[in-house]
Amino acid sequence: MLRTKIYDHVVLLLGVFLMMGPLVVAFMTSTFDHVLIHKEGMQVGWGGKFIETYSTVLTQQGGFTGEVTGWLMTQNSLILGVGFALGKIVVSMLAAYAIVYFRFRAATFCFWVIFLTLLLPLEVRILPSYEVVQQLGLLNSYTGLIVPLIASATGTFFFRQFFKSIPNELVEAARVDGAGPMQFFFDILLPLSKTMMAAIFIIMFVVGWNQYLWPTLMTTDESYFTLVRGIKQIMQIMIGADIPKYNEALAMAMLAMLPPALVIIIFQRMFIKGLVENEK
Amino acid sequence: MNKAQFGSPWMPYLLLAPQMLIIAIFFLWPAAEAVRSSFYLEDPFFGTGTFVGLDNYRDALSASDYRRTAIFTGIFVLLVSLLSLSIGLMLAVSADRVLRGKSTYKTLLMWVYAIAPPVAGLIGVMLFDQHIGPLVDFAAIFGWDYRIGVNYWDTGITMIIVATWKQIPYNFIFFLSGLQSIPKSVKEAASIDCSSQNRRFWTITFPLLAPTTFFLLILNIAYAMFETFGMIDLIVKDQPGNSPVTLVYKVYRDGFRGNDLGGSSAQSVILMLLVLVLTIVQFRLIEKRVHYN
Repeated sequence: MLRTKIYDHVVLLLGVFLMMGPLVVAFMTSTFDHVLIHKEGMQVGWGGKFIETYSTVLTQQGGFTGEVTGWLMTQNSLILGVGFALGKIVVSMLAAYAIVYFRFRAATFCFWVIFLTLLLPLEVRILPSYEVVQQLGLLNSYTGLIVPLIASATGTFFFRQFFKSIPNELVEAARVDGAGPMQFFFDILLPLSKTMMAAIFIIMFVVGWNQYLWPTLMTTDESYFTLVRGIKQIMQIMIGADIPKYNEALAMAMLAMLPPALVIIIFQRMFIKGLVENEK
Repeated sequence: MNKAQFGSPWMPYLLLAPQMLIIAIFFLWPAAEAVRSSFYLEDPFFGTGTFVGLDNYRDALSASDYRRTAIFTGIFVLLVSLLSLSIGLMLAVSADRVLRGKSTYKTLLMWVYAIAPPVAGLIGVMLFDQHIGPLVDFAAIFGWDYRIGVNYWDTGITMIIVATWKQIPYNFIFFLSGLQSIPKSVKEAASIDCSSQNRRFWTITFPLLAPTTFFLLILNIAYAMFETFGMIDLIVKDQPGNSPVTLVYKVYRDGFRGNDLGGSSAQSVILMLLVLVLTIVQFRLIEKRVHYN
């Protein structure tokens, strides 16, 4: 018994080392001076340049046009993350409500069209998607950045599943009391869905914040860059120098990582619940 | 079970309108466009196209570059899925058993889930960097001259390691919640009947986890195929000979950098068919899972 106990803790500690080690080294290195990193490699310890490096990354004008700052990119990332999560919740909740609670002729057809979107991830249809957005004149805009990402209907299926689990008596009672569909939605369904909405919001925020391919194609104007999208370009500029600014590139990576990580840690229970239920 | 439903001639359509509109414009239109242009030879400068039938498919599939990429993708997907599944399972089994520090372990093991693939790629590039990377020094201990971006397989191994690392938390979360949903009575009965911890795992726990494992396997394959894009984009350098890429990355590179619209579309359609097969398999498995439960 004791042996298993020790074995389990050893396995878990090794796991923590494997998962957290690279992050810790990356963070520690980002607090060192770039000349030192260039000479001696990645560092373990405290370099003492934390405030300098991070404030440079946040406020220094960089990029090709010299206008983009880390702070601006953080704002764009937030807009993308929150916009994507909210948009997805609103759109998919309405659609799921229609499918579950209404009898209408095109229901089956709509269901299958929505289902179809689950089959093809954006990655396999990037080129034509880009062309469509270009023709609509939506390149370099928040609309073009967020709305096409909402096209995949994972959220709709999640809410559909959830609505179906709500007891039928509620609708019947509401109808007996003379409530219309609008009233039922706002007074009964919405309050019941609160936890589920929060769980979906957390997951979708992380998904939105972490988008890379679509923002890379969509935004060529640096004032629309998100942290995750900008990371490659910024890295190339910082590392292209004579003495590469590894510390700043790593600081940027840490900034890009922090908000989603915090969200997941703070709302851990809700996040796990949402994730596990959603994928079913 | 039939839901009591409202009847309204226009309301459901109004509710569905945003979703259907977005799908029509940003999903159906591009997907149809991909299929259409896979049959055409397009001139990127004049925007004119000639119908060439299946030529794009034939060219794409017969190119040696395509075959090489397909083989690498196969190896990549297989290794990433198997490694991250087995490590995730091992950690979940231990985390399920310990009493002390459970939630701390859980938090620390989950953290990496939050990292965007390109950020993971950046950290990987740094750790394996020729000048500053500690892992290059580590490899040198065994006489391995690790050169990312120069040596084809060194770059490939970096990709596999980073992609696996990033996926472990996901599998860990699912396995742990699978383990926790096994009824206590079953666990207790098992510990009475079978004293060997190891045997107990393989004869009782693992079969109970089988549906979760199958389901995760499909999701891991999808992850390794598609979601690793950003990571690969950060890791590969521009010389294709030295850097392996996956099929999805090739669609992007041929289409955007190479301006080969028809060829890229044909590759897209091939991938679409592949996803279709995966999805069908997945649904079969979900049906089975219901049966298990």
